Amino acid sequence: MSEKILMKGNEAIAEAAIAAGCRHYFGYPITPQTEVAAYMAKKMPKIGGTFLQAESEIAAINMVYGVSSTGKRVMTSSSSPGISLKGEGLSYLAGADLPALVVNVQRGGPGLGGIQPSQSDYFQATRGAGHGDFHMIVLAPNSVQEMAQLTVKGFELADTYRMTAMILADGTLGQMMEPISLDFDIAPAPAKPWATTGTKMERPHNIVNSLFLKPEELEKHNFLRYDRYRTIEENEVMYEEYMMEDAEICVAAFGIASRVSKNAINEARKQGIKVGMIRPITLWPFPKAPFMKAAEKVKAILSVELSMGQMIEDVKLACECKVPVTLCNRVGGMIPSPDQVLKAICDLQK
Amino acid sequence: MSTKQILLSGFGGQGILFAGKMLAYKGMMEDKNVSWLPSYGPEMRGGTASCSVIVSDEAVGSPIVSNPDVLVAMNLPSLDRFEDSVVPGGMIFYDSSLVERPVKRSDVVAYPIPATKLAGENGFSTLANMILVGKILQALGEFDEEKVLNTLNKVIPPKRAEMIEANMKAMKLGAEL
Repeated sequence: MSEKILMKGNEAIAEAAIAAGCRHYFGYPITPQTEVAAYMAKKMPKIGGTFLQAESEIAAINMVYGVSSTGKRVMTSSSSPGISLKGEGLSYLAGADLPALVVNVQRGGPGLGGIQPSQSDYFQATRGAGHGDFHMIVLAPNSVQEMAQLTVKGFELADTYRMTAMILADGTLGQMMEPISLDFDIAPAPAKPWATTGTKMERPHNIVNSLFLKPEELEKHNFLRYDRYRTIEENEVMYEEYMMEDAEICVAAFGIASRVSKNAINEARKQGIKVGMIRPITLWPFPKAPFMKAAEKVKAILSVELSMGQMIEDVKLACECKVPVTLCNRVGGMIPSPDQVLKAICDLQK
Repeated sequence: MSTKQILLSGFGGQGILFAGKMLAYKGMMEDKNVSWLPSYGPEMRGGTASCSVIVSDEAVGSPIVSNPDVLVAMNLPSLDRFEDSVVPGGMIFYDSSLVERPVKRSDVVAYPIPATKLAGENGFSTLANMILVGKILQALGEFDEEKVLNTLNKVIPPKRAEMIEANMKAMKLGAEL
């Protein structure tokens, strides 16, 4: 294993993307993710890559569309308001079945909101990134090491399934430094026979397009896309269980909320409360099965979120409301304290 | 089990983030689990900057330090803001050349260090932060000169290697107080 170094989460994403073979980055600065762009600006020219600060977030996502059409690994990153601007492009990428990696280092909203950490783009990421029927694979790291690992994984999944993979992080994960090993296991990118690489008069034209004016044809495309989504739901779900073996209360939390929750769980265990955690790593596809299983034995589930309660809907759907599911949250850039989570756990124990 | 939660705070430009990085790096090089989290709000641009550092034998949960074992206050607003949050029995290191009042709490150990004054007198006026880091490491029983130097060699990029000696001097000065 290579030597560990201290690195910011945002930088870890950029470094991992380069390791994964990404040589094209397009972005527009916004706190708290600007270090991704800054790192790319420094590194890309040295390795023959392209860093381009676009004139807007909308331009950046359309540049991603262009490069992806040629079969190259490509990414963009932004934070909440900037991701909203990219919504149209995300829908077009989905419609054209193009792979891309998009990073959202979330900040408080709605509107311009604030610049402090948030998880309030969960709905946007898992349900409504843009118009039309589509999903993105949504990956939720909770450490700097995972910021890097899931970036590599994101490129692989995007290529495999020809769709956008999104890293859904938050300001804390982007800004914090932790020890990280840059030893990545990178699988070679799959062949992309659909890419527009020039026919050299040796093959028929490839066309990358999201416009289908015949409804029968568009419906067929959407059905096929959802067949692929079902494969992803069967094969690509990732989650972590913590102290769930004997748990009577289950915490549901992802990203930074899962780390705060871990402190609270450790403290609750000291007080003799049997509490564990299911941490979704893929938010779409959502880890439904572990929550269904948990609902058979726990008496309540506590969803800890930096939002007004967004993931809680997926938790309720997953466990079919077989047990009470309650919310413990802070919003607007605030982060729940371990004490707040501990109190919510203790309240459920009563 | 040992976990040290450290909160460093001061004006932007006093080297708060670097001091935190030094403490985190040293922990990492001793195979501890560490995290470093800066404040990145508007306070970075003129007001009080702060930084949470956790050094632990266990995996680090939340990287946010709200009740520090060790508080480093490099200006008065920092001491005013964070004094009450220190755990009982904790330590408060503060720059007594800039903070014009003593620590009010009696259940913590206070270390008044005239760091800015000492830094100026010794010809490294920008390294008050490192005098404090030296003192902190010494007070925690972790000032091992060789390890400190090894850490500096990692934290300071090669192109600024000429800064290593002065940083080391500043830390030694702090450790000998």
